[in-house]
Amino acid sequence: MSDKISFVRTEMLEQKAPPASTTGFVGWARANLFNGIGNSVLTLLSIYCVYYVLSGLIPWLVSPTWKAESLTQCREMIAAAGKHGHLACWGVVRERFIQLLFGFYPPEGYWRVILALVIVGAGLAPVLFDKAPRKLLIVTALFPFIVPFLLWGGLIWPYVGVLLGFVVGYFVLKYAADALGDLLALIAGVVSAFVWWIFLSGPIMGAIGSVLPIGLEFVESRSFGGLMLALTIGLTAILGSLPLGIVLALGRQSDLLIVKALCVGFIEFIRGVPLITLLFVASTLLNIFLPPSMEFDIIVRVIIMVTLFSAAYMAEVVRGGLAALPKGQYEAADALGLDYWKAQRLIIMPQALKISIPGIVSTFIGVFKDTTLVSVIGLLDPLGLSNAIRADQAWNGIVWELYGLIGVLFFVFCFSMSRYSMYLERKLQTGHK
Amino acid sequence: MSELSERTIDRSNMQVSDEVAIQINQMNKWYGQFHVLRDIDLTVQRGERIVIAGPSGSGKSTLIRCINRLEEHQQGQIIVDGTELTSDLKNIDKIRSEVGMCFQHFNLFPHLTILENCTLAPIWVRNTPKKEAEEIAMHFLEKVKIPEQANKYPGMLSGGQQQRVAIARSLCMKPRIMLFDEPTSALDPEMIKEVLDTMIELAEEGMTMLCVTHEMGFAREVANRVIFMDAGQIVEQNEPEEFFNNPQSERTKLFLSQILGH
Repeated sequence: MSDKISFVRTEMLEQKAPPASTTGFVGWARANLFNGIGNSVLTLLSIYCVYYVLSGLIPWLVSPTWKAESLTQCREMIAAAGKHGHLACWGVVRERFIQLLFGFYPPEGYWRVILALVIVGAGLAPVLFDKAPRKLLIVTALFPFIVPFLLWGGLIWPYVGVLLGFVVGYFVLKYAADALGDLLALIAGVVSAFVWWIFLSGPIMGAIGSVLPIGLEFVESRSFGGLMLALTIGLTAILGSLPLGIVLALGRQSDLLIVKALCVGFIEFIRGVPLITLLFVASTLLNIFLPPSMEFDIIVRVIIMVTLFSAAYMAEVVRGGLAALPKGQYEAADALGLDYWKAQRLIIMPQALKISIPGIVSTFIGVFKDTTLVSVIGLLDPLGLSNAIRADQAWNGIVWELYGLIGVLFFVFCFSMSRYSMYLERKLQTGHK
Repeated sequence: MSELSERTIDRSNMQVSDEVAIQINQMNKWYGQFHVLRDIDLTVQRGERIVIAGPSGSGKSTLIRCINRLEEHQQGQIIVDGTELTSDLKNIDKIRSEVGMCFQHFNLFPHLTILENCTLAPIWVRNTPKKEAEEIAMHFLEKVKIPEQANKYPGMLSGGQQQRVAIARSLCMKPRIMLFDEPTSALDPEMIKEVLDTMIELAEEGMTMLCVTHEMGFAREVANRVIFMDAGQIVEQNEPEEFFNNPQSERTKLFLSQILGH
């Protein structure tokens, strides 16, 4: 028996190529499409389904109605071209596309919207991509002030006033930190910024404005609409909700009882209420409760509500990431002598946020799509505009073309966000799991 | 134990001085109702190499985790390098930056490279310029014999390599005391040796060390004192020679027979 059990390899085996039938397209198709009878049947069935949908959709899309001025004209053109059946009426897209993008924004100001979008892109680039030049970070710091100025216009000074508030707060924080300690300095910084905004900024900037009336023509919020409105609300809410959500998530995990109670209360309250309710509060109730002097812009109110709403969701997503971190990471950071904020910034958050990327981006996409709800309170986002367009006698009866187009517009943005998140996950992948 | 015999240990720098590094007086700790550490009295002189042994749940990890306040004690006194551990955050941060710690599961930061793991604390806690911090880090990575891994991420390294990085990371803060919490318990036998070798080198340089470990070979060869804990108390402590050859308490005898018996 023993001679059968004992075995000694004298030569190690060389690496061989895998069998040809398992590589290349043939191998891929065999493994993924025609792997057994059941799968082959399903594959053929799926191919037929795709063909069926496309065979209906493509003729509908190819319709000679680009120049039509109304739905009736569309029908005449289709009949004149000798085609039958239900075909798309593209005239509405030609006529109303610009409106779907800009709403009722004055056409001579379109460049402002486009420039604002470019600046936002330039400001976000260094945050989103490593390869973007670091100098663009200046744009990142300034675009929250430049973009509203471009969109709403008016004198430049109030926007400068808001910016200076942050500068004042920063310098107070920086120079008070040594004397007062971190927490008191932070409070001092915030207080001094608010003192500037509430008491000083208005008179000082007003005085400068009367001497140097630099500015752009003022555009009322009522003129905002279309995709531009959706982007204004959506992007602001997205950019605002992430930092706010992180703060709320940390607050919820805090040992400080009152901080924790406030954060839990806020999150649970906001999550427990439908967004539409909050939007109604923004559009009607706030006007009743606030004194007339405090009345502020409807779009700003909506942005605040949408931001708070998404921040509550974001907080829970981030908390999930925090909970997934092993306790050892906190302990290692502590053992090295890092204080709470440094540990959060350098060790905990980079990992927790990385874990929560899919959830964060889902929330972003959700927020962006939820901006269509503002049509309920009478703002003319693309969906609100489509109702207005369909109420026009010329286009009464149009459905698929408009909603399809709006769907495509939203899809482009949401899909880009989704792809970006996958890129980010791949980039941040370190080592084996 | 046999792993250690290949190497003769240079004892020239292993000297215990009169200076007190850690002083623990009548320290008690509870987890809720459970009395996990009971009346602990311990004085550690600078240069001592102490191995703390004992069955699991005896409180040995909790004890060394109290020394850098990863766990809070509720009664008694812990004085590290002349600074008493109280809830004063300044004292805690001061002690933590002078006491290095290695964990059973390494706890490297997986999102940072090996080099970044090592430079993080010097840069952000000690305000060392980045370049200098990197030089220090490379020095200690060479010391633990993995400078070539500096730009990899922890997930790409073996367990033994990760633990050596963790040691290097602690050393970059130039600690005066090193705490080891079962540094080899999560490692394969082949990797245990490389980590123990690193620890021996540290001991040879005169580092004050407290090690919770089951490596009795290490205790015999390197430690100058072995502490045996059970049920949250120090049951017996002695020089390794005496401790292993002539244990006094029944509990110690039983423990030694179980761990050395096979």
